[in-house]
Order: sequence, then C-alpha cells, then structure tokens
Amino acid sequence: MITAGLALLVAAGFAVAIAAAHAGGGALLLPGLVVLVGLAAWLVQRLTRLGEGRGWRARAIALLAPLAFGAVLLALWEALVVGLAVPMVLLPAPSAIAARMAESAGLLAEDFVQTFLRAVLVGYALGGALGFLTALLVDRVPFLRRGLLPVANLVSALPVIGIAPIMVMWFGFDWPSKAAVVVVMTFFPMLVNTLAGLAAAGALERDLMRSYAATHAQTLRLLRLPAALPFVFTALKVNAPLALIGAIVAEFFGSPTVGMGFRITTEAGKLALDLVWAEIVVAAAAGSAFYGLVALAERAATFWHPSMRA
Amino acid sequence: MRARQAALPVLAVAAALVALWYAGAVALNWQVVAEGRARGGMPPDAWQTLAGTMSFARPLLPAPHQVAEEVWRTAFATPLTSRRSLLLHAWITLEAALAGLAIGVAAGVLVAAAIVHVRALQRSLMPWIIASQAIPVLALAPIVIVALGTLGLEGLLPKAIIAAYLCFFPVTIAMAKGLEAADPLARDLMRTYSASRAQVFWKLRLPASLPFLFASLKVAAAASVVGAIVAELPTGAQAGLGARLLAGSYFGQPLQIWAALVAAAVLSASLFGVLAATERLVARRMGMRA
Repeated sequence: MITAGLALLVAAGFAVAIAAAHAGGGALLLPGLVVLVGLAAWLVQRLTRLGEGRGWRARAIALLAPLAFGAVLLALWEALVVGLAVPMVLLPAPSAIAARMAESAGLLAEDFVQTFLRAVLVGYALGGALGFLTALLVDRVPFLRRGLLPVANLVSALPVIGIAPIMVMWFGFDWPSKAAVVVVMTFFPMLVNTLAGLAAAGALERDLMRSYAATHAQTLRLLRLPAALPFVFTALKVNAPLALIGAIVAEFFGSPTVGMGFRITTEAGKLALDLVWAEIVVAAAAGSAFYGLVALAERAATFWHPSMRA
Repeated sequence: MRARQAALPVLAVAAALVALWYAGAVALNWQVVAEGRARGGMPPDAWQTLAGTMSFARPLLPAPHQVAEEVWRTAFATPLTSRRSLLLHAWITLEAALAGLAIGVAAGVLVAAAIVHVRALQRSLMPWIIASQAIPVLALAPIVIVALGTLGLEGLLPKAIIAAYLCFFPVTIAMAKGLEAADPLARDLMRTYSASRAQVFWKLRLPASLPFLFASLKVAAAASVVGAIVAELPTGAQAGLGARLLAGSYFGQPLQIWAALVAAAVLSASLFGVLAATERLVARRMGMRA
C-alpha cells in the first residue's frame, strides 16, 4: 500500500518536473530531481525486497523492479535533457525521438525490411544451418574435428566484421553481401557449440545405444542430437545480436540508399541525431524481440534440461 | 610426441585451407583475367591465364602469397612515418583498443563490485545490463563520434570509448558471477574471523573471481579490436585499420583490404595470446591448477 502510494508520488513528481522543464522553469529542477531520484531509489529497493518471496505476486513485483528502474532512467533523461537545454546533437530527449519515430515511420519500416527481414534473417538462417551441418560432418571424422576446432576457435576471436568490404566486392551493394557477412559471423559459433553439444551425451547412454546395436544415425537422432539441443540454442542466442550487428556494420561499407546502417551513418553525418536514435530504438527493439523469440523457442524445445527447470 | 600428434590435424586443415584459397583465387579471377587478355589481343592460353590469376593487381580474391607480399611490403619495407605503413595504422588501432580495454575493464569491475554489494542494484540493474546485450552497440558508434566531436573531442578518445563500451558487458557479467564464486566454506571462515566487507572483498572475493576475469578479458580483448576498427569507419577517419578497410573498399584496392584484415587478425590473436600467457602466469603464482 505504502509502496503503491510512493510509486504514484514519484510518477507525479517526475511528470511535474518534466512539465516544468518543458515550460522553461529550470531553476528549481535540479534540487527537485535529486529528491525524486532519492525517493525512486528507495522505491526500487522496496520493490526488490517485496519481490524476493514466492508465489505469483512476488514474481510480478520482482518483474516491476527493473521496469521501475527503467522508467526512472527514462524520466530523468527527459527532464535533464529538456531542463538543461542539452543540444540535440549531444543527446535528444526521449520525447523528441518518439516524435521523430512517429513522423518517419515509413522510412524506418523500409530500413527495417531491408536490413532485418532480408540481410539478418537470411544470413542468420543460412549461417546457422551451414554451421550445424558442418558440425555433423566434422563429428563423423575425428581427424577433421581435431584439426578444425582450433581453427574455428581462432576465427571466433578475430574481427570477422572486416570481411564486409570483400563481401561487397563479391556480392554487390545490395543485401546479399550483408547476408554473406552475417553467414560468416554466425557460422563459427554454431559450429563450435554444436560440436561441443554432440560430445555432451553421457558415456552410459552411448554404451546403452551400442548394446542395442543402434546405427550411427539412430544414435544421433535419438540420443546425441537431443543432448546437443541446449548447445545449439546457446549458439542461436549468441548469434541473434551478432547477426544484427554484422548486417548494420556491413552497411557502413556501402549499400543502396536504404537500410539501418546506411541511415545511421548518413544521418549522423547530417547531424540529424533524432533520426539516428530512432533507428537505434528500432534496432534495439528488433534485437530484443529476436533474442526473446529464440529464448522462448529454447524453453519449448529443451524444457527437460536442468537449467530450464530451476 | 603428443604435441606433434595434436599439431598434425591442425596443420593438415590449415594446408587444406590454403590449397582451397589458391583454387578459389584461380576460379574467381579466371574470367576477369581471361577477358583482360582477350581485350589486349592476346591469344587464349590456359597457362598464361593461370599465371595471370596469381599476380592480378585488382583480384576478386588475391592469392595468399600476394597478400603476404603486400603485408610485408607495407609493414616492413615502408618507413614507419609513411602514411602507407601498415604498422602505423595497426598501432593507431591497437592504441584505441588498449585504451578502451582498460577503461571498459575498470568500469566493468567497479559496476560488478557495486552489484554484488547492493542487492537492489542486482535486481534492478542486472536485467538492463543483460537486455542491453541485445542492442546493436556498434550501431551507436557514429552517434558517439558525432556527439563527442561537437564537444571538441577527436582522435583516440571517442574510439576508446566505443571499444570500452563493447568490453564493459562481458566483464561486468563475468565479474558479477566471479565475485560470488568464492567457496561458501571460505566465506564462513572469513565470518568467523569477523572480517570486514573490504577484507572479504580483497582477500577472498577478488582472488576467487580471477578465472572469471581472465575468461571475460579474452572476450573483451577481441571485442575491443572490433570496436576500435568499427569506430574508425563512420568518421572518415584518416588513419587506423578501419580507415584502411574503408579506403580500400572505396578505391577498389583488394590487396589493401586483405592486408588490413591480416593486421587486424594478428592484433586480435596477439592480444589473446598475451592474456592467455598472463592467465597461466597468475594461476601458477596463486598456486592454482593450470
């Protein structure tokens, strides 16, 4: 009860502060904000303590604590940027970014289709599939495994993104060259993780399969692939943000006049920072949603694994 | 004997990759070279065309020895002060990567220490740190460069900040885990000694977190090189490996791109090697099983 009242008080306080900042009353702003942030910190701490119990109520409250923290951060950002009249080149206010997003929705959608639906998804699927199939092949040939694994580990420590100009040279300016960069970036994590996963099945279970005279394919299908699934999903989760970064940065090296990376560089050059931030918001939302979907699929596919039952 | 056994498959795979590379160079460059010969009025001759694919100046895929030659020429046969020196550009990138690594690791360890000690921070801040992993941080690079540029900051610092931002997350997350990784028995022992929080931190938590620190440092080192290179892209930077990549891309100089790539790979690999060696040394000094 006290917590709910406090939350309302903090929200109202921030609303007043933001309104005052927009109206130009910056003098009282800073001491007021200090008090508000103090109250908010106390609120977050309270929510944390309330969220530590069991049951659905505690779980809901535990979810509220980070949300409250984020909301406070956003409100503070708005009040400070508007109140102190920070130039937009340095940092636009959240409201300015939101207004820009509404205004340029069509442009943002075009860039999203070009970069995310084409380059990222195609590259992610191809890279993952190739890595997985290569791992199955390498697993059959022990010599290849001993030789290829150190090489794959080395490549994963290299700045793979640098191949973007070469891919542009090979596949042209449009999205296939970006997808190719994503393929190379996502291939090695999938290869390394799948190989580790294929080795994860227990020796006892493997002996059991052998005593049943199971073929290689049967052992693979019934025992080793299911055991490898958590590792495959780890790679899928690692690859999701990697693919987005790869596609965006690859566009820095030349692209048609559409795409998130293209927009970010050209608009940053024109100092239209609100549009750049709008692209970042879209990218962040797409990246989080992508990651979240993969995590949900993982939960559905590997519900039996100990890490999912905690 | 065992070392030789382990090295044989790696060498075989490496040799196969080089052979594949040569085959790819022939296949990819064949058409361009053959067309060039036809335009020049030369008779079609398979051997001559084959030789041409190995020494073409602007190949789709340069042969390995061409890349090696270019690296040698620009790194060691060019004076260090020249704008064409690969070592100069590599050093500029390495400088930014190292500065970023230092800033990012320091910030990451500090935040992790705060998270471990303040429970409210752990519950409220940690989900955001994890969620921010899904944000394409590198896309922020142009913003950071432009914003800092209006403040009059140029050169090393903006690049270092981007590299630091990339290093920050792996270190924070690993250290938040590592600082909690001390043996519960050892923690109980500290309590029976009535050790203060600071004493527990310096004498137990920090040493126990070192394996986590080194594991994340290796990830962060790779990230710092990527960050420094990408930070050199959007500004039209004049120097650094990222600038070499971009210039090579704009002016159609594949050999320059490949040489910059090799330099970037060497930078990453040597940072990784130095960290791995330090880790072994520290582990031995602390009496851990390596």
